[in-house]
Amino acid sequence: METIVQVQGLRKTYGATVAVDDISFVVHEGEIFGMVGPNGAGKTTTIECLEGLRKPDAGTVRVLGVDPQQEGQTLRLRAGMQLQQSNLPDRMKVWEALDLYASFYPKPLDWRDLLVQLGLEEKRNTPFGKLSGGQKQRLFIALALLPDPQLVFLDELTTGLDPQARRAIWDLVRDVRARGKTVILTTHFMEEAERLCDRVAILDRGKIVALDTPEALIRALGAEERVVFHIEGNLPPAFASALSEGTRLEVQGERATVYSRNGRQVPLVVEVVGLLSAQGIRYRDLRTEQPNLEDVFLSLTGREMRD
Amino acid sequence: MKSLWKMTWMEAKLFLREPFGTFFTLAFPLMMLFLFGSIYGNEPSPLFGGRGTIDISLPSYTAMIIATTGLMSTTITIAMYREYGILRRLRTTPVSPLVILGAQVIVLFLMTAAGMMLLLLAGKLVYHVQFEGNALSLLAGFTLASLSFFGIGFFLAGIVPTPRTAQIVGMVLLYPMIFLSGAGFPRELLPATIQKIATFLPLTYVVNLLRGLWFGEAWSQHVTDVAVLAVALVVGVLASSRLFRWE
Repeated sequence: METIVQVQGLRKTYGATVAVDDISFVVHEGEIFGMVGPNGAGKTTTIECLEGLRKPDAGTVRVLGVDPQQEGQTLRLRAGMQLQQSNLPDRMKVWEALDLYASFYPKPLDWRDLLVQLGLEEKRNTPFGKLSGGQKQRLFIALALLPDPQLVFLDELTTGLDPQARRAIWDLVRDVRARGKTVILTTHFMEEAERLCDRVAILDRGKIVALDTPEALIRALGAEERVVFHIEGNLPPAFASALSEGTRLEVQGERATVYSRNGRQVPLVVEVVGLLSAQGIRYRDLRTEQPNLEDVFLSLTGREMRD
Repeated sequence: MKSLWKMTWMEAKLFLREPFGTFFTLAFPLMMLFLFGSIYGNEPSPLFGGRGTIDISLPSYTAMIIATTGLMSTTITIAMYREYGILRRLRTTPVSPLVILGAQVIVLFLMTAAGMMLLLLAGKLVYHVQFEGNALSLLAGFTLASLSFFGIGFFLAGIVPTPRTAQIVGMVLLYPMIFLSGAGFPRELLPATIQKIATFLPLTYVVNLLRGLWFGEAWSQHVTDVAVLAVALVVGVLASSRLFRWE
């Protein structure tokens, strides 16, 4: 596997604030690498150091074999970048933006094809200012793909989008990887990182607190599986005493939660439903909850992620 | 080269889609022309050495267009592109900043020239103005004046924090300058003290130069004007290249 990005001891401060505090990682060819964490964790500063938009205070950064500060031009020819805060003039039409940006590259992709692939064909003549948030993001992805880049940077791609638009964007990002490109993205949605990324770096206060595949991060947590349901009235004491070894019951008003370690023989939900019907307890809204990256973040930092 | 051409074409379209710039560059000077033309006509007057009000006003209105594009369009466009992250977006591509600024200069120059051509055409057709100078000379003077005012505009764009400030600073500089320098109406009508103040305004030298060249005076009579504008141009280019910010 070829190394696309290599970061060693990266540090960046703004005045007295340490935005990025000595972080190191590598990104391999063909993967979707995500940086996830709350606002102010240092994700955007890190990605902008990789893009050559910010100068690191310390550490080495190699992207596509070059130093972004020294050979920014080489990087900009071979990498596509979508920024968290950037715009086009409101009165520029979709096709005009693609046509203009295509002229910046020696061998751009045909922007007409990109227009179709990103589902923007109907918006071809729409001014940028009249596009919805999701359409703007799709146009930015199209602009980032124009140079047929080896590497694509996507910074907070789905912030401000509704869930449906967010899922559509995820599919697009998977398509980009399927074309053999490497994707580096930042997000503050744990779910997005979990669903989309091959590997995830969890950032908190300028440091990487964990880096692995989402599955491995969750497994390493050894977190508990949960079954949650609602009851009418009180849960009979017989229910609690009938639960098997290694489980734990928590009741808050009408809401009951049964916790269990992972890796049991009988699935927890089977046991709980079996007991409830055997004892004739009326319940509703029963669901299972798997541990997720959110739980990983909570256990690593002792704090909840906030959107 | 291809990107400079595309960028210029794009900026030209954007300029024309923006009502503000189009109005003040192309329509407003014509309105001034017809307003003062309908008040004073273009009868020869001893105050203007036997020329009419419109004869004397055409080069001045041209100076007014130059000041408007230089101090308003240039400054606001650049400040807006910076504030809204349009420059940031461009910075992620291999395009050179010289292409971005070059396209702006070309478009603003062509729009200013178009404004002047409309004025000349209307003046010729409606008021039968007489042009006594050399067309190439006038073009050269017009080019120098435009570029030095764009230089001032880029310099201002470098120091204003937001497009809103750009607009205010532009207006505060523009309007007194237009009225005091003789660009809005003939300076001969202003009291002597105000004419003195006018010597501190760069636009006064644009008015002097363009009026002189319009009436066929020699360049040697306008060394001061050329010197002031050339210095403004050089200082503007140097200062704005140092002050240029992507974000």
